[in-house]
Amino acid sequence: MNAFAAIDRRALALHLAVIAVLFVLQFVLPAYHHGIMARILVLAVFAMGYNLLFGYTGLLSLGHAMFFSAGLYGAGLSVYHLDWSVPAAFGAGLAGGLVLSAAVGFLALRTTGVAFLIVTMMFGQVAYLFTLYFTDWTRGEEGLTLPQAARVLGPLDLTDPTTRYFAALVLFTIALFVTLALVRAPFGRVLVAIRENEERTRMLGYDTFRNKLGATIASGVICAASGAAYVLLFGYFGSSFAAVQYSILPLLWVLVGGAATTLGPLLGTILMFYLVDLSNDLLNSRFPDWDVSYLGIVGVALVLLILFFPKGLLGSVRDRWVRWLP
Amino acid sequence: MAFGPYLFLATLEGLVMAAVLALTALGLSLVFGVMRVVNVAHGEFFMLGAVLAWAVATTVSGHPALGFLAALVVSPLIVGAVALVSERLVLRRVNYNPEATIVATIGILYILQQLALTFYGPEARPVVAPFDYRIRFPWFGYSAYKLSIVAASALVLAATWFLLARTRIGLVMRATQFDAETATAFGIPVDRVYAGVFAFGAMLAAVAAVLIVPIQQAHYLMGHDPLLLSFIVVIIGGLGSLRGTIVAALLIGLSDGIISVFFSPTLAKIIATMAVALVLVFRPQGLFGVAAR
Amino acid sequence: MTALVETRGLSRRFGGLQAVDGVDFTLPEGEIRAIIGPNGAGKTTFVGMICGRVAPSSGSILFDGADITSMPADRRVMVGIAYTFQITSIFANLTVEENVTLAAMRRHVGRAGQRYSAAELQDASLSALERVDLQNYASKTAGNLAYGHQRLLEVAMGLALEPRLLVLDEPTQGLSDTEIEGFIELVRDIGREATVLLIEHNMPVVMALAETITVMDRGRIIAEGTPEAIRADRAVQEAYLGAPADG
Repeated sequence: MNAFAAIDRRALALHLAVIAVLFVLQFVLPAYHHGIMARILVLAVFAMGYNLLFGYTGLLSLGHAMFFSAGLYGAGLSVYHLDWSVPAAFGAGLAGGLVLSAAVGFLALRTTGVAFLIVTMMFGQVAYLFTLYFTDWTRGEEGLTLPQAARVLGPLDLTDPTTRYFAALVLFTIALFVTLALVRAPFGRVLVAIRENEERTRMLGYDTFRNKLGATIASGVICAASGAAYVLLFGYFGSSFAAVQYSILPLLWVLVGGAATTLGPLLGTILMFYLVDLSNDLLNSRFPDWDVSYLGIVGVALVLLILFFPKGLLGSVRDRWVRWLP
Repeated sequence: MAFGPYLFLATLEGLVMAAVLALTALGLSLVFGVMRVVNVAHGEFFMLGAVLAWAVATTVSGHPALGFLAALVVSPLIVGAVALVSERLVLRRVNYNPEATIVATIGILYILQQLALTFYGPEARPVVAPFDYRIRFPWFGYSAYKLSIVAASALVLAATWFLLARTRIGLVMRATQFDAETATAFGIPVDRVYAGVFAFGAMLAAVAAVLIVPIQQAHYLMGHDPLLLSFIVVIIGGLGSLRGTIVAALLIGLSDGIISVFFSPTLAKIIATMAVALVLVFRPQGLFGVAAR
Repeated sequence: MTALVETRGLSRRFGGLQAVDGVDFTLPEGEIRAIIGPNGAGKTTFVGMICGRVAPSSGSILFDGADITSMPADRRVMVGIAYTFQITSIFANLTVEENVTLAAMRRHVGRAGQRYSAAELQDASLSALERVDLQNYASKTAGNLAYGHQRLLEVAMGLALEPRLLVLDEPTQGLSDTEIEGFIELVRDIGREATVLLIEHNMPVVMALAETITVMDRGRIIAEGTPEAIRADRAVQEAYLGAPADG
């Protein structure tokens, strides 16, 4: 039973099964949920990127909206202003995430604990303010919509719901297996070691700064991939995606699903999306004159989770029943 | 208007902002200093103070000053009670673990915003100033109420200083800040000190908010900027330092007032936020703090 | 014999406290060396500087003839210096095997960045565990081990690094008498392949293991010699007056 062996068969089978279910869902779901699921798959990638840093490496960032936005704006602006093709724009988004996460990581990782959290929040705030400041190009809060004609990938029309769902699923699948491979590789093991005991890890000969920087960059690029895909598939980008809420949402999704589990981010994103959706409908029909937004639900969920369920759903499942869950 | 008077006006505006900011940031700094936790919901206690001020002031009939004074007493008390309840129900249960506290207070932040949105609504509403008098300067008139904010803030700051430096309560707080375990050994009820400090910190924010509502309307999303600015002040001023907090609040308040005159407010915010992040990276003890070694 | 470790005028100040004060120290390859001295003598700070956990205020450190004074701690592990913590520092939430594998993995990847097979890695981990007799606990969660076993795991992690110099900071603290006996055997065994630098308060352990003893007091070396010579040394007795040897 070697923990470092190649990806465990059971884990591989489980992940393939999840992909298969998501594939089949496409033919079963009614149109409304079909659209929501496509969005969830893209945002789950954002949560997975966040999980790599928060769950596995133990670094709590409150500025990940900037990496999502780097992909969102990198891809969005290059399509809107430069007429780039979809693959080139996606590449621009990834490059944006790479450069930004390397720079932010290099600076922010000099701090630890609470200071790290505040520094990432401030860098995130700066990124948000930049989207407002360059309003001539970004249209600030109002945002921009990509023309339908620009959102084609060869013969594929990304505005078509079916194509969009498959594109989202392909991105999700790649991100899921990249994450699985990363956390099973020595690199991922070292990240967990850093989370558990950084000084001991250093005294085993690991350059912890470089490993943490690697984790930040990997996390930033995955989040940027999610942002780039989001704008290319759904066609809209604006400053609200760079605001602090979008740094807190992936934290929430990961906490719900289970930090440091590969499938937790997906589960958490699905649950929170539907929880907000359903409870909005319910409360609006029961109390029509209340102004209910996502705020209260997100707030209550965060407090309850941290009090009673700090390991999230899959984290608890792993602790109690399924030890091999990656 | 010539440049000199323009700068004078910007300075006055900056001073008012600094006064409010110093109170808010001091609340955050005390909680940070004594309990070693970051209260992300601090801005929402500010917001709650403003919204409650509106509620109290509109309930009290008669001269506007009556409503305002009632708000100045009642609103901080209610906010303190809310903070006390959240401390007992949430923070204590996560054992003041720094990261869990941050996640939990983000939750409290959203809950308070939701409550304000539900019961107060999405509108922005003003509170009538207790008096309406304009001081005539040679170049422009200036609201006497705004200047009285500076005086009121100075008064509260002085009272807080007295409480911290000259009373037994202050001594107990400083002992807890220094070493909670030893404080426990000496019979200090650390648990109750934490609850008290958390409530007191929130009340300072509420007082600041009541002072500001006559010139800035109450709104359920108004807590965001005070939180960020308080962070900036606390980081620059060094943790738990009363003097550092006041100096930093003056610095930020005045420079924000003055920079905003010459640059766009967004660019001013970008520069300030970036500068503070870099201070935290390269000089974590703050500009005025002393390095541990 | 060549010196594996050499320090020249090594000093460290903490504020007003001169923790280590101009220490010239030589440790030949292959030796088992004990550093003793009363509490606050600067022993942990001194070995901390050799391992790179504490930066010196002045002076230099040579390892196998090369200056390593400004080398980061993680690089020093790669050139062959392994450190076991005074206060047990293991990955409490990981399994015993994962703990040693993390050490073995560094050793094997570190060798010219070569890839290693999973089997090789497992062999290296298990053999490190066998040497401290923990092979039957491989799949247990490290934090659930008895205290004595945790100390052994700590040593196994050091061994998996295949160090040239193994630094043990008060390894027998908190162990029972029978555990200490086994420990002495273990360190003797390690001493056949690696140089061992040991900080220890327990004098019987020191007398049983050390070939040479270095005595520190107030940041300086006050005596150095064979166990017999140190036992007879007056300066050593004075340093320990009022500070019993096991304090």
